[in-house]
This record gives sequence, C-alpha cells and structure tokens, in this order.
Amino acid sequence: MTRRTRALRVVLLVLFGIFFLLPIYASALFSLRRPGGGHSMAAWTAIVSDDQLYPAVLVSLGLAFVSVVLMLLLLVPTMIWVRLRAPWARRLVEFLCLLPLTIPALVIVVGLKGVYAWVTYFLGFIGLGESALALTFIYVVLTLPYAYRALDTSLSAIDLQTLAEAARSLGAGWTATITRVVVPNIWSGMLSASFIAIAVVLGEYTIASLMGYQNLQVVIVLLGKTDGPTSVAASLATILLGFVLLLVLSLATRGRRRHVVGGAVR
Amino acid sequence: MSQRPTERTPSDRSRPGVSVELTDLTRTYGQVNALDGLTLRLEPGELVALLGPSGCGKTTALRILAGLDEATSGTVAVDGQDLTSVPANKRDMGMVFQAYSLFPHLTVLDNVAFGLKLRGDDRTNRHLRAAEMLELVGLSEHSEKYASQLSGGQQQRVALARALAIRPRVLLLDEPLSALDAKVRVQLREEIRRVQLEVGTTTLFVTHDQEEALAVADRVGVMSHGRLEQIAAPAELYAHPATPFVAEFVGLNNKVPAVVSAGKAEVLGVQVPTLVGSVEDAGLAMVRPESLSVRADSEGTASITSVAFLGPISRVHCTLADQTPVIAQLTSSQARDLAPGQRVSLEVEPAPVLVVPAATMGA
Ligand SMILES: Nc1ncnc2c1ncn2[C@@H]1O[C@H](COP(=O)(O)OP(=O)(O)OP(=O)(O)O)[C@@H](O)[C@H]1O
Ligand SMILES: [Mg+2]
Repeated sequence: MTRRTRALRVVLLVLFGIFFLLPIYASALFSLRRPGGGHSMAAWTAIVSDDQLYPAVLVSLGLAFVSVVLMLLLLVPTMIWVRLRAPWARRLVEFLCLLPLTIPALVIVVGLKGVYAWVTYFLGFIGLGESALALTFIYVVLTLPYAYRALDTSLSAIDLQTLAEAARSLGAGWTATITRVVVPNIWSGMLSASFIAIAVVLGEYTIASLMGYQNLQVVIVLLGKTDGPTSVAASLATILLGFVLLLVLSLATRGRRRHVVGGAVR
Repeated sequence: MSQRPTERTPSDRSRPGVSVELTDLTRTYGQVNALDGLTLRLEPGELVALLGPSGCGKTTALRILAGLDEATSGTVAVDGQDLTSVPANKRDMGMVFQAYSLFPHLTVLDNVAFGLKLRGDDRTNRHLRAAEMLELVGLSEHSEKYASQLSGGQQQRVALARALAIRPRVLLLDEPLSALDAKVRVQLREEIRRVQLEVGTTTLFVTHDQEEALAVADRVGVMSHGRLEQIAAPAELYAHPATPFVAEFVGLNNKVPAVVSAGKAEVLGVQVPTLVGSVEDAGLAMVRPESLSVRADSEGTASITSVAFLGPISRVHCTLADQTPVIAQLTSSQARDLAPGQRVSLEVEPAPVLVVPAATMGA
C-alpha cells in the first residue's frame, strides 16, 4: 500500500516535471542556439541591449513597481479601515475587488478608452503623456482580486480590532497604528500580494496591446516574428523572475513563522 | 497633557490618582440601549469594580471612557477636565483587554516599551522603565520572549505592565482575567490589586464575577441595563443591598415570605429590621444562607432535601412548610448530624434584610 502510493507519487512527480520543465528546457536550448549552428548568449544579452526590448523591460518593471506601490497604498488602509470602522461595507469592498476577475480584458479596454484620454491628458502635465506607465491605473485594478485575497487572509489571522485598540490606548494615532502594529503583523500577506501583482503585471499582454502600449509582453510577441531566440529568452527571463519571487516569498514567510513561534531569532 | 510633568522619576509612585466622572452617559446601537444614563464617579487613586450581568453595558462604558467608542450623549471628565472630544490616543489611559492583546511581532520588553517609544523616550530610558514594569509584575526573566511563548496569565501580566508603563492617568481593565483558569485568576487579581495600590492609579475594573469584584475593589458598582444600580464598599454592598437586583445579583440569596410592619419584618417567626427600599406589607425577604441556622427538631415545619458538603462549610437545602426552597450555610461540623428527609426548624439571625414585592421576584 505505502509502497504503491510512493511509487505513484514518484511517477506523478516525474510526469508533471516533464510537463512543466520540458518546454522550459526546450525554450532554453532554442534561446541559446546560434542560427548557423553552435551556442551563443546573443539572445540573452539582447534583453538588455536590444533597443526595442530593453525599454520594454524597463517599462514593465516600472509598471510592476508603481502598480504594487499604488495597490498597497490603496488596499491596505482601506481594508483595515473597513474591518475596524465600517464592517458593513466589507462584502461590498470584497465584491468590488473581485469584480475585475469577471470582466473580460476587451470589455475593460473598451470601457476605459474614453477615460484614458483624460488620464493621458493629465499625465501630460508631468511629462508622462506618452508613457506606458499610464497603464498602471488599469493594472492596479487588475491586481486587486489577487491582492485582496492575500491581504484578507493575513488580516483574518490577527485580532485586528484588539491590537488596534491596544495601540491607540497606548498613544498611537491612526498612522502609527497602521505602520507600527498592523503592517508588521500582515507583512507576509503584503509580500505575497505584491509578488502576485508583479507576476500579473509582467505577464500582461492583452490590455497593453489593445491600448497600443509597448510593454514587455507586447514586444516579446512582436520580436517573435523576427527574432525567435531573443523573444524566447525574454519570456524565459520573465518566468525565472516569477519563480525567484515565489521562492523568496516562501522563504520569507517561513523565516517569519519561525521568528514568531520559535522566537529565538530576532 | 499639559498638567503632566514631562519627566518623572521612577520612584515617584506616590502621585495621587485623578478623579474620573462619567455623567449621564447613553449609548444606543440601533434599537439597543447599551448605556442608559450611567453616572459614575471614581475618587482619586480608587479602584472601582464595575459588576453586572453579560450585556449590561460594562464594556461599552469602559470603551467610552477610553475614547474607543463615542457616547450618544453624556460627558466624560478626568481630573475635572472634559475629555469628550479628545481622541483615544491622547487620553493617557492604560487599558488591559479581555482578549490577549500583545503585539505578536514584538518581544515582551518591546511590547511594554511601545507606548514610551511613541512618546519619544530614548531607547535607554524606555527599556529601563519597561524592565521596571516587568519586575513589578514578576516577569523580568521573560523580557526577550514573544507573546506566543507565554501562558495566558503571563500575557495578561505583560499587558498590565504595558498599560502601566506609560504612567496612565487612569487604568482600565476589561475582564482581564476571564480567559484564565480559576487558580490563576485568584492569583492575578491579587497581584493587580497589589500593583494598583503600589502605583496609586485610579482604576476601573470591569468584571461579571462578583467574587472578583468584592475581593479587589475599594467600591463596587453594580450595573443593570445600562445604569448603575448601586455603588458601595464591598461589605456595605453585601450587607445593605439597595435594590432587589443588587440583593439578587450579589451573593446567594433565599427568598423567604415575610410580613412587614413598622420597619420590622417577621421572617420565620423572628422580628428582623428591614433595609431602606423594602416594601411596607407582605413580600419576600432576601435572606443570606449564612444568616440561617438549622436545628434538628421533630416538631419542625421544614425538612431537609439534601446536604452538600463543601469542605469547611456545608450547604443544607431545605423546604419550608409552604414548599419554599431555602439554602442554609453552616460549618461542616454543625451540619454533621443533618441528613436528607430530617425534620428541622430554621432560625434567622436578626441582621437587616431587604424585603421585595413578591410579584417582581417570581419564585
Ligand atoms: N458594536 C455593537 N453593535 C451593536 N450592539 C452592540 C455593540 N457593542 C455592544 N452592543 C450591545 O450593547 C449591549 C452592551 O454591551 P457590552 O459589551 O457593553 O456588555 P458587557 O456588559 O460588557 O457584557 P459582557 O459581560 O458579556 O462583556 C449589549 O446588548 C450588546 O449587544
Ligand atoms: Mg464586556
């Protein structure tokens, strides 16, 4: 019985390993192939040297960063406030945050085209009129469902009301209560919300392409038509980055758990 | 706060507390009147226990005093100064909660020092003060631990140290012991009282456990339905309950039929003085079990239904001739020869009793 389940486990692991790793391995080989024969790193160095790809990499990383910051600034205080002061609004906020999951990208784009005329108009005043960073407002909305889930779980794990009231009775205003008491205790939730949001933003193609902005995925698709190995290398790099982020996340949350329960490490 | 000296030496514990005044507080939640005209005054340095059944508004009163909730009407004043519009974080009140409330990401020492850090004390000073507070509650050797490594009783002691570290003007305790087991509760309530006497902070201690209230407080306020029924020293409250509710709620009571005339009640054939608030004709006298004595008497009109042995004392459950059940509390040696089924006669010691209308109390 146990032997058979163990054997089954190994077989499944191998099958899934092949299913996931084989394409990655094949892409890696492809990205290292030199057109004439032999190996070359040219496709990988192109990520930072190609004058079409490199700006797109920067745009996507910038979008990821700005979107995560905006998303956290928007969501963390709102969720804390709703839990403490407006519990009746909790279902509503949850509904609003999950809504983007149910709306197709095409509908979002059609709906937002008109609004974006104004967004780019106002961004023009700070010199960002043409910048793809304008996409960040849509991306914040896109990341809400995932971020909401992660934050909601970690907020549920603490006795928010008692901790906040204790902090306030000790003299903490709302800002200090949030930054010194709540945030340190939902840190792992914020981290996972951020990493999932980064993954979503780096992998986004449809909206950027429909809105006519050149982010990483759009350029990867474009390049795919002319320079196969480079576009594959860039895709792989995105996947690897996501993988590293998830690894960091699991290490960070595990370290944190040990810190709280074991306590010996500071 | 302006009248607080900015720097006080650690030995300056004799600072007299401040007075606290809650005036005509009401708080409504939708249809519910959580508070319904609560008026309460705490004298400087005094520990007042607020006692009452679940849902009578104790927590609500405490939270309004702390600024964590807003009264629908009425005022809160500390040291004669109106606090109604002062936010919680500016009220300088130390609070210990019923739920465990230590910050999980901080060590015990940093928890206790948290309020001092917010007040801008430097690291050395706040750690000195925190260590001093931990010593006060006997937890010095645990200062580097996290809350998850402490027992419930230890966590509540740290919470007490944390509340006191900021030298609060008023200390608020909301059933701090209710999550602990019986033995630790008794231990810790004595410790709270010792610490409170040592620091001299005016303290409001909310509880629904009457023994706890009577044991630690200078005065006990009994609440019912959002109002104060009576506030008095524990012995006074026990001996002279002002209302049927208080008589009923504090201590165990028998309700024995009685006839009142000219300020005296006839209870079980004995003339007993009556307390203020008693009815003027026939009613039920609230008689303490320890005021009854039981004598074996084959001519007696009462009979024993059961005897409960509780170590030093025993409770003898009897029925009177009219089927009224009563409980008498005797020392176990007095109760030794009593057995269920036996006929007995009961006698009342002539301590003043409250006689209430028969209709309001039911059986
Ligand atoms: N946030 C709230 N929303 C609605 N009703 C509330 C709220 N807080 C308290 N109440 C109601 O107000 C009344 C008094 O509540 P409170 O918590 O003050 O009681 P308590 O005396 O502390 O009881 P316990 O001994 O159970 O803690 C209760 O009927 C309760 O249901
Ligand atoms: Mg309560």
